[in-house]
Amino acid sequence: MIEAVGLTKRYGAKTAVDDLSFQVRPGAVTGFLGPNGSGKSTTMRMVLGLDRPTAGHVTIGGHPYRSLPNAPRQVGALLDAKGVHGGRTARNHLLSLAQLAGIPAARVDEVLGVVGLQDVAKRRTSGFSLGMGQRLGIAAALLGDPQVLLFDEPVNGLDPEGIHWARNLMKSLAAEGRTVFVSSHLMSEMALTADHLIVIGRGRLLSDMSVTDFISANSADFARVRVPDDGPEDRQKLTSTLIEAGGRVMSEPGGALRVTGLPLPRISELAHKCDVRLWELSPHQASLEEAYMRLTQGLVDYRSTDDAKAGLAEPPPLDAYGHPVGGHAELPAEPLEVPQEGWYAPPPPGPRPTPGSGAPAHPAAAEPSAAAVEPSSAATAGEQTSKDPR
Amino acid sequence: MTSPATPQDREQAPGAGLLSFYESPIPIRPATLGDAVASEWTKLRSVRATVWTLGVMVVLMLTIGLGTALLVAANDGNLAGEPSLALGFFGVVLGSICVITLGVLTIGSEYGTGMIRTTLTACPSRARVLAAKAIVFFSLTFVVTTVTAAVVAGSQTLILDGAPASAGEWLLSTVGIGLYIAALGLLSLGIGAIVRHSAGAITIMIGVVLLPLVLAPFMFAQDLRGLQRFLIEYSIPNQLGALYGATITESGPSGWEPLMLMLGLAALALGGAVAVLNRRDV
Repeated sequence: MIEAVGLTKRYGAKTAVDDLSFQVRPGAVTGFLGPNGSGKSTTMRMVLGLDRPTAGHVTIGGHPYRSLPNAPRQVGALLDAKGVHGGRTARNHLLSLAQLAGIPAARVDEVLGVVGLQDVAKRRTSGFSLGMGQRLGIAAALLGDPQVLLFDEPVNGLDPEGIHWARNLMKSLAAEGRTVFVSSHLMSEMALTADHLIVIGRGRLLSDMSVTDFISANSADFARVRVPDDGPEDRQKLTSTLIEAGGRVMSEPGGALRVTGLPLPRISELAHKCDVRLWELSPHQASLEEAYMRLTQGLVDYRSTDDAKAGLAEPPPLDAYGHPVGGHAELPAEPLEVPQEGWYAPPPPGPRPTPGSGAPAHPAAAEPSAAAVEPSSAATAGEQTSKDPR
Repeated sequence: MTSPATPQDREQAPGAGLLSFYESPIPIRPATLGDAVASEWTKLRSVRATVWTLGVMVVLMLTIGLGTALLVAANDGNLAGEPSLALGFFGVVLGSICVITLGVLTIGSEYGTGMIRTTLTACPSRARVLAAKAIVFFSLTFVVTTVTAAVVAGSQTLILDGAPASAGEWLLSTVGIGLYIAALGLLSLGIGAIVRHSAGAITIMIGVVLLPLVLAPFMFAQDLRGLQRFLIEYSIPNQLGALYGATITESGPSGWEPLMLMLGLAALALGGAVAVLNRRDV
C-alpha cells in the first residue's frame, strides 16, 4: 500500500507536483497517467525517497521509504532503463544489487530467466537495446520478490511480444496480492493493463478511479448517422432538424454525421419525421484514450506547433494564369468538420456556418474550453484513436 | 530473445488478491554493511576502469622507479648518502593521478550512468553505501600501491648500494605510501560524491595535487612568503617526499605526519559527502 498525502515538490519557481494525495492498493494494477512533464517520475522518485518532498509525505506500508526496514525486500522499482553502468555485465549488475540487499545470489539467475535475458547475462549492458534494458530493469525490480512494485514507463522500447509479456507479468504480480504501480503516458496500454487509474496533469490530481468508472465519467458517447450519398439536401435537412431538436452535429470525413445529445431512437424518429432515409445509425463509445485526452487537453506542457516551413519552401509553380498549379477546388462547407487532430470542445448549438465561409481549417483555432473537462459535455472526436472498427 | 510464459490467472485474482498481502517465500534478513561491501566489491571488479587505472599506476611506478634506479646506476651511482628508497617518489607522484581518477569514478560513474538511483533504491542508507565504497576502494588501492611500492623499493636497493635504510624508513616508503595514496583516493571519492560529476571532480583533484607547487614560485612578494612556504611544504608531492624522507624544504610535515593529515582530510570529505547525500535529492 502506497499512500501519498499532500505531496508537493517545487524546483525553484516551478511546481512539479502540487498537493497530490492518493492511495495505491494491493491486489490491483494501478496506472499512473499524465502527459510528459506532469510530475509522474518526480512522484515516483519521492515514493522511493530519492527526492525529498517540499511538503506533504508519502509512505509505503506506513513507513517513509528511507526508514523502511529491508526496503529492497519490500519495494522493487524500475525507474529508468538507463540506470545501469554500461561496462558491467547484466549478471554482475544484478549480482551487485542482490548483494547490497542481502538477497541470495541464486536469485539473480532466477530473475534473469523471468525476464528472458539468461542468454545475454554475460554481456556488457552497453550493447543492450532499449527493450533489453527495460527487461534488465524489470529483473532488478523483481530481485527482492517485493510486496510493492513501481514501474516507470515499463513498456518503452519493448517489442509487441515484450509489451504483451510485460502486461501479463504486471497482472499476475497484482493477482498474487502485490501492489503494482505503473506509470505511463500510453493510455491505450493502461486500458489493457490497469484496474485502477490515477491521472495527473501539471502535478495535480485529475482523477482517481477505476478504469471503467474513468471511461464512463470522462467519455462522451455519440451516434454516427449516414444518409444516402445522392442527396446532399437530405443531409442538410436532417442536420437542421437534429439541431432544432437540441442535438449537436459534426461532419465526419466519410460524409457521415456525428450526433451527440440525442438518444438513438430519437434520431431515428426525427429522421423519419423529416422523411430522410438513413443508411447507418450506430452507437459509439469513446475509448480510454479519448477520455484521457479530454481530461488532460488543457494541461499538456509540450504542445507541438505546425511545422509550417514558413518562408523556407520554394514558391509553388504558377500556371499560365498566375494561379498555383494543383490548387484545391473549393469545397462547400458542411456541418462542422470533425477535427483530424487535436481536441476541442464542440461549438454550442446555434447557427451553422454558412456554406462558403469555410469551417475552421485548424483545430487549434478553437480554444480548449473548460466545458470540455466536464463529463457531460458533448463529444469531441478522435478519428485515429476511436476504438470502433471502421 | 525469448520470453518465458507468465501465468495468466487473472480470473482468480479478486477475492484472493484483495484480502491477502503477498509474502515472499525467500527468507528476509536485514542487509548489513558487509552486504554492501560485497556489492561494492562486485561493482569495482566488474568495470574496466579499475583495471585500467590501477594497471597504469603499477606500470608507471615500476617503469619510472626501475628506470631511475638503472639511470643512476649507469651514472656511477653516487647517491650522496641518500637512501635509495627515495627514488620511488617519481613513480608514486604520477601514479597518484590514476588513483585519484579511480576514486572519483567509483562514485562519479554511478551519477554519470544513473546507477546511483538504482543503488540508493536498493539501499536507502546513503552512509552505508558510501562507507562500503570507501572500505572496498581503500583496501584495494592500499594493497596494490603497497605491493608495487615494495617491489620498486626492493629492486632499487638491489640495483643501487646507497645508505642502508632502517626498518622505519622501509615501513614508511611501502605501507606509508600505500596508506597515503589510498587516503588521497578516499579524498577524491568524497569530492566525487559532493561534485557528482567525474570530469569536474578529477580536475579539482589534479588541481589540488599540482596547483600549490605551480603557484608557489610566483609568490615573490615579501608578505606572501609565509603562504608560499606553506603551499610548498604542504603540497601533496612534498608530503609524499616526506614519507620517503626526501623533502624540498627542511621544515614541514615529516615522518607519519603527512599520512595523518591526508587521513584527516579524507575523513572530512567523506563526512561532508554523507551529510550532503542525506540532504540532497538524487
